[in-house]
Amino acid sequence: MAPQESTPIAQPAGLPTAEEIMEPSPMAQMRKRVFGHYGIIIGGSTLLLIVLVAIFAPLLAPFDPILDQDLADKLKPPFWHDSPKYDPAHPLGTDLQGRDYLTRLMYGAQISLLIGFSAMLISLVIGTTLGVAAGYFGGRVDIIITFIITTRLSMPVVLVALAVVSLIGSSLWIVIGVLGLLIWDQFAVVMRSATMQIRNLDYVAAARACGCSTFHIVAKEIMPNVVNHLIVVATLEMAHAILLEAALSFLGLGVQPPTPSWGLMISEAKGMMFFDAWLIGIPGAALFALILSINLLGDGVRDVTAPENRN
Amino acid sequence: MTDGTEHELILKVENLTVDIPVAAGMLHPVQAVSFEVRRGETLCIVGESGCGKSLTSLSIMNLLPSTAIRTATHLALDGEELQNVSENRMADIRGDKMAMIFQEPMTSLNPSYTIGNQLEEALLRHRKVSKSEARDRAVYLLEKVGITAARSRLTQYPHQLSGGLRQRVMIAMALMCGPEMIIADEPTTALDVTIQAQILHLLADLQKEFNMGMILITHDLGVVSRIADRVAVMYAGQVVETGTAKQVFENPTHPYTQGLLECIPIPGKTERGAHLGSIPGIVPSLVGDLPGCHFADRCRYAADRCRTGEITLRDSFDPGHVYRCVLQPDECAAHLKKGAA
Amino acid sequence: MLIYFLKRLGVAVLVALTVSVLTFSLIYLSGDPAMALAGEEATEADIALIRRVYGYDQPIIVQYWDWLTRALQGDLGRSHYLKEDIADVIFTRLPNTLILAACAITFALVLAIPLGVAAAIRPNSLIDRFALTVAVVGQALPSFWFALILIFFLGIQLRWLPITGTDSWMNFIMPAIALGYYVTPGVMRLTRAGMLEVLQSDYIRTAKAKGLRPIRVLFKHALRNAIIPVVSLAAVQFGFMLGGSIVIETIFSINGLGFLAWETIQRADLPMMQAIVLVFSIFYIVITFLADLLNAYLDPRIRIS
Repeated sequence: MAPQESTPIAQPAGLPTAEEIMEPSPMAQMRKRVFGHYGIIIGGSTLLLIVLVAIFAPLLAPFDPILDQDLADKLKPPFWHDSPKYDPAHPLGTDLQGRDYLTRLMYGAQISLLIGFSAMLISLVIGTTLGVAAGYFGGRVDIIITFIITTRLSMPVVLVALAVVSLIGSSLWIVIGVLGLLIWDQFAVVMRSATMQIRNLDYVAAARACGCSTFHIVAKEIMPNVVNHLIVVATLEMAHAILLEAALSFLGLGVQPPTPSWGLMISEAKGMMFFDAWLIGIPGAALFALILSINLLGDGVRDVTAPENRN
Repeated sequence: MTDGTEHELILKVENLTVDIPVAAGMLHPVQAVSFEVRRGETLCIVGESGCGKSLTSLSIMNLLPSTAIRTATHLALDGEELQNVSENRMADIRGDKMAMIFQEPMTSLNPSYTIGNQLEEALLRHRKVSKSEARDRAVYLLEKVGITAARSRLTQYPHQLSGGLRQRVMIAMALMCGPEMIIADEPTTALDVTIQAQILHLLADLQKEFNMGMILITHDLGVVSRIADRVAVMYAGQVVETGTAKQVFENPTHPYTQGLLECIPIPGKTERGAHLGSIPGIVPSLVGDLPGCHFADRCRYAADRCRTGEITLRDSFDPGHVYRCVLQPDECAAHLKKGAA
Repeated sequence: MLIYFLKRLGVAVLVALTVSVLTFSLIYLSGDPAMALAGEEATEADIALIRRVYGYDQPIIVQYWDWLTRALQGDLGRSHYLKEDIADVIFTRLPNTLILAACAITFALVLAIPLGVAAAIRPNSLIDRFALTVAVVGQALPSFWFALILIFFLGIQLRWLPITGTDSWMNFIMPAIALGYYVTPGVMRLTRAGMLEVLQSDYIRTAKAKGLRPIRVLFKHALRNAIIPVVSLAAVQFGFMLGGSIVIETIFSINGLGFLAWETIQRADLPMMQAIVLVFSIFYIVITFLADLLNAYLDPRIRIS
């Protein structure tokens, strides 16, 4: 008699069919989570608005941010100040040089977004390369890369950035480059641990057993599974870079006048704080709104892509 | 009772029900479960994963997750009704009159404190004793549970002990206040097979020695046949059969119990080379109301009458032996003989 | 434990040495340091003289070795601008920065840890939502802007607190808040996440099964374990605060290391700049090393292995 290993299990009557058990498709669930998430809705729409304003600043802005200055028009108050000096042509008033504050605010969004995004991109490439390499190869590679990360962390970003910028001179691109070369640590740390976790999973072992190349395994098996972490860190680091640029510009060692940077606008208005606090309030609030929207979006992405990690 | 003596009732559970609101509706993991435990007696609760065994034990200790809702007509320890006592009173009872041993010895001890600290704490919480008295009690119990060099173990941390040793520590910890009732929730599942038997024998011995009532939750029927006085078989949140160990093992009446027993080889009874049984299908979802017999979808004798109304517990051959099925006891027995033939 | 200690110490020393190399090479970023020092009107002869006096004509390895050996003996050189001994300047400025950093981290931890614990005890409750709001808002506030807002309201409008200087303890309140709040969100979130995880752990269930009171379960059994990762984070955040002190001390005119750093950078005082970057980094290395030791003390799995 042939050994009968197992008898086929018939579908017992009355059990729910596959369609009944099936939940909505993953994409549908994802859509539901995305659009049911206040953080993503609020953060995403605010960010979108700021991005649109930045892109279309030349069309939207009533004046030129640098050339249209008239000292006779300086320090016009914004619309909520019930003052006879208010000029409807300048709804947010004018700065010390008589430049339209709304215009400079709009162009300032360009600077913040450009620096934040570019610096984040540079650090993403550096940090992800280091992190994935450390996590995937482990051993000596990991020891060396961890050492590099530790060394990088032990040098304060603000101080090193200030020193470097002061030594090699300051321009928009130098600020982007310096920040990009300094803030990759989070990418490296997060990617390292995420890669480590995934590397030990069975499906990666299976790919390796099949003789897949390292490149193939990293690109096809690991990257798709760490990309949600990557997006979260990317948003946080973009916000980080924007804050750092603002701080550098505030200290006079970032973007140079007359470029309209929000940090620089706050710095220029510092002396007027007693009488015209709105000069500081407006660009600061814009900065706050931008960082807040990016962070809300990042938190939202984390919640939505890893619902099991919520709470 | 089978041995003819009537022991003092320690734990009385009647119509214990646990409901947990979940996204898809209301989950009913424990449905009107009733049983009694007497002093010096071991009740084994048997069933597959997810049948509600663990939640039953946690609900007796009132350690359910905060979203869970517990109801019962009776939940009495030593005559004291526990349903509406304050959390303070419940905390006084836990670890003192009633103690619990968990499934995962590897994670059930706090990694930051020594074994001694965690053992002594249990006694210091409930008794007015000095630290050195508590330490002596800890050493005494560590020796009782078979740990050598007990006094030097007190200063060790959990990560320095193996899983088997940690479970022995957990047992000692449960015994610190000399409880009347002990609940062991699959205490050996996470351990090596060779150690499982040692731990179970240890538990059974201690239970007799200290004359406690014990609930042992397990899915290992081999274990049950050796140490249980009474057995409750649970399926999908309900007790489907309960009786003395002898009754249930000699005259398994519910088709599920029969199926379970066919799944294990019994030395001397199961023929060499014979196929062991298996129960096809999966445990049904317990979200929402499930009419009829919960086992119907997997039962080989299922008929239309099994799928409507509520199937209640009924007497089997002997008094005290009840089961939850529409078939008569002799019908079940006949089926069993046919199946075995 | 001893092996762990020595290993960590070895890494810390190696990191410090690497940092010193990086710091030393900072001055070559601008090209020829002698030229930078001499100024634009200097003649070739002037530059050659400066090069010889400051040793810039030596091979770089020799220069680094000289600098390092002297630095190890506490001689960080002389400031080009102040014409004073750098180590002396740094030591006179150090206390203000230490006081500020200590106040700031205390403020941050005292706010963040109880809030994180409270939020974890009742997830999705009002206090949890409040904590989350504090975290989200805190993370988005630019510190220099927040400092100016504090000055505007507490200093100018209400006149509760002095705006600049270090004359009394009142002077440190606003700077400490402005510097510390940025640490709060991270510490708060980690405390909350750690507590949530620990509170669901098996050993918390064991503690409850022993009949321990909720307070004891929370503080003895849960917080002790949840706090371990927070210690590491707080140390790292302390490092960020050192960087932040540059901005904050500048705004509040606190005569500390951060303010000195900013002045030095403005003056392009190269040896001073090197020394400050080195001191800040060494500070961070020491703090994280101490945090590792504290962790080892708190976590027996590290201490006894």
